[in-house]
Amino acid sequence: MPSFVIMEKCDGCKGQDKTACMHICPNDLMVLDLETDPENPKAYNRDPDMCWECYNCVKICPQQAIDVKGYADFVPMGASVVPLRGSEDIMWTVKFRSGALKRFKFPIRTTPEGKAEPLAGCNTGTEDLKDPLLCTEPDSLRYELPTLKK
Amino acid sequence: MDTSVFETVEVNTDLLICGGGMAACGAAFEAAYWAKKNGLKVTVVDKAAMDRSGAVAMGLSAINEYIGIEEGEHTVDDYVRYVRQDLMGVSREDLVYDIARHVDGTVHLFEKWGLPLWKDENGKYVREGPWQVMINGESYKVIVAEAAKNAMAEMGDDGEILERVFIVEPIMDGDKCVGAVGFSTRENKVYVFKAKAVMALMGGAVHVFKPRSTGEGLGRSWYPPFNSGASAYFTIRAGAEMTCQEIRFIPVRFKDAYGPVGAWFLLFKSRATSSLGGEYMVERKAELAEWAPYGLGKPIPACLRNHCGMRDVYEGKGPIYMQTAEAIQKLAEGYKDDPKGFKKKMKELESEAWEDFLDMTISQAILWAGHNIQPEEKPSEIMACEPYFIGSHSGGSGAWVCGPEDVAPPEYFWGYNRMTTVKGLFTAGDGSGASSHKFSSGSFTEGRIAAKGAIAYIMDNNEAPNVDAAKVEEIKKKVLQPLDLFEQHSKETSDRNINPNYSIPRQMMFRLQKIMDEYAGGVSSCFETNAPLLERGLELLDMLKEDADKMAAETLNELMRCWENIHRIWIAESHVRHLLFREETRWPGYYYRSDFKKMDEDNWHCFVNSAWNPETGEWTLKKVPIINLPV
Repeated sequence: MPSFVIMEKCDGCKGQDKTACMHICPNDLMVLDLETDPENPKAYNRDPDMCWECYNCVKICPQQAIDVKGYADFVPMGASVVPLRGSEDIMWTVKFRSGALKRFKFPIRTTPEGKAEPLAGCNTGTEDLKDPLLCTEPDSLRYELPTLKK
Repeated sequence: MDTSVFETVEVNTDLLICGGGMAACGAAFEAAYWAKKNGLKVTVVDKAAMDRSGAVAMGLSAINEYIGIEEGEHTVDDYVRYVRQDLMGVSREDLVYDIARHVDGTVHLFEKWGLPLWKDENGKYVREGPWQVMINGESYKVIVAEAAKNAMAEMGDDGEILERVFIVEPIMDGDKCVGAVGFSTRENKVYVFKAKAVMALMGGAVHVFKPRSTGEGLGRSWYPPFNSGASAYFTIRAGAEMTCQEIRFIPVRFKDAYGPVGAWFLLFKSRATSSLGGEYMVERKAELAEWAPYGLGKPIPACLRNHCGMRDVYEGKGPIYMQTAEAIQKLAEGYKDDPKGFKKKMKELESEAWEDFLDMTISQAILWAGHNIQPEEKPSEIMACEPYFIGSHSGGSGAWVCGPEDVAPPEYFWGYNRMTTVKGLFTAGDGSGASSHKFSSGSFTEGRIAAKGAIAYIMDNNEAPNVDAAKVEEIKKKVLQPLDLFEQHSKETSDRNINPNYSIPRQMMFRLQKIMDEYAGGVSSCFETNAPLLERGLELLDMLKEDADKMAAETLNELMRCWENIHRIWIAESHVRHLLFREETRWPGYYYRSDFKKMDEDNWHCFVNSAWNPETGEWTLKKVPIINLPV
């Protein structure tokens, strides 16, 4: 099945008003089970058939308590793909059915988290709402905006 | 769930941005600047968390629209001609032109915000193909959403972002869109948004057609399962004219996990062959003349590439393989006298190939690992996916929108860039039609363009929205109805899912998918359909629509599933009506009208536009002339 929670590792994001996985899942699949063990609630994927395997829950989990098992209707068993996402790069461990391992590391961003500066130092070339220039143009373009009717 | 406990939250704003994906982030970013300058408020409403919502939620391995104007690589005119060719002559060239002339600036911003773009030794972006640039895109959406949120934050209290609120219906004041109704997927709250202008930026649609998967793989659609046609539903229900709703998109991808093939075709120069070893694009070259002039032009349109591969499959020549091992071998040949260099190059290629999947379709990496596939050792199967509705890729569906004043022919201009035919209602990205090939960067860019248009509209029409309270009450009741139905009847039977008084949303989705698959040219029908099938399909859709009023929900999550299905049903109906109206086969490889097997340039080189009349419930369809730009 798609994403699943490792019971031993999940702590229900104790002390937070919502769990990280529940916060991030684009398809609203992750949810905290408050009934089975209300003292020690854990998250689960309520609808694995609707999981895109986007791994956002896996990447965000502070306990590394979420993993993915390839779709059971077409993926042979035994493989796994595990990310470890930092603030600058992501490390992937790919385990093959044969047991072979591959590791990859890729950059994810070049600026500190939270620091994307919207206008990025670009000036606005017009104050006219009817002018086709957008708020960072022409600076962000680095050329003059083409048009058909001058 | 007792719906009487639901609180109604009224939000008054100037510009309402519905959605949180690339187009909505572009809109929020641009709107923040112009709204702040003009003292206006902007509200963004996302059904998920903006950091990871929309089609780029997982990440991407390339930006597919970058013209390279500053670098002198291409011109805007080149892009217009490319899109015209790829869509078999059917595109709103003014819209394509408009996005193309701005898109490079957007990509430059992405880079400044922190998105890593691959650079060559001269500091130039690495091209995947003529228009694509390679990125390390795992955090693409996080970075773009961050810039949009930071821009909104500069507005102080006038910049408002609501997450986990699902937009259901537009609110109309006569022929003007003045807001929307939605509900929280976390709390028992119905939201009533009142606005001077509204942007429908809620993506395309998935799960309208039966997928190839048979179980858990249901979620592994190529385009995300959470994009359920909310933009199209919103604009159709507002009475806006829609265009190209017949131009679905069917990508050919690695089989089952739908991993990207672009890097393999374009970057690694891989061939696709049948199991007999023949290259269908070579062997079937003569057949392309049937689709002249597009079949003879370059590059060969996506639908015709699909078509050639499908012919091989239907002639029993499958599987179709991406010859990955051969491609890597060829790339390595340049190093045959340099074993050290060869090893280094192979390592580089391996990493690039895997990153392509890990950035955007992690399932494909699991599938390759599960199949013990080392791409340098053996080829991998590719296959056509099920149909999707996505105006931003090689599909064309969406609303008919106003073009830019300085580019659009007078027939395509009615006041405000990207406004639909409904006053105050704007759209972009997967929501706007006939402007294909905008992809992620172009969708963000079009969101920006549309937001500036919307702010201009508000400044010219700065009147408080006039909202009919009784009408809003009626919509609210309808929105929550599935919860009432469940509450009323679920205890009457032994199984909550089996009840003569209602259907659960999952089964309603399956029923829609089966109708579309069998009557509207889905996978099981080999993408073939005809008038009698489509007419029968419409009868079945009519009953489905009636029964959709009887979907039941126990939770807020299920309530969202109910409404996603209603959104899907409307895009489905509009698709079927367009398929029926256009009496030709123009996009073989996407769908075939078996009663009109050929393309008919004399009669059908035109747009097909439709509108649903909210007063009468009637659909009208018409031909609209294609006006080419002088490029």
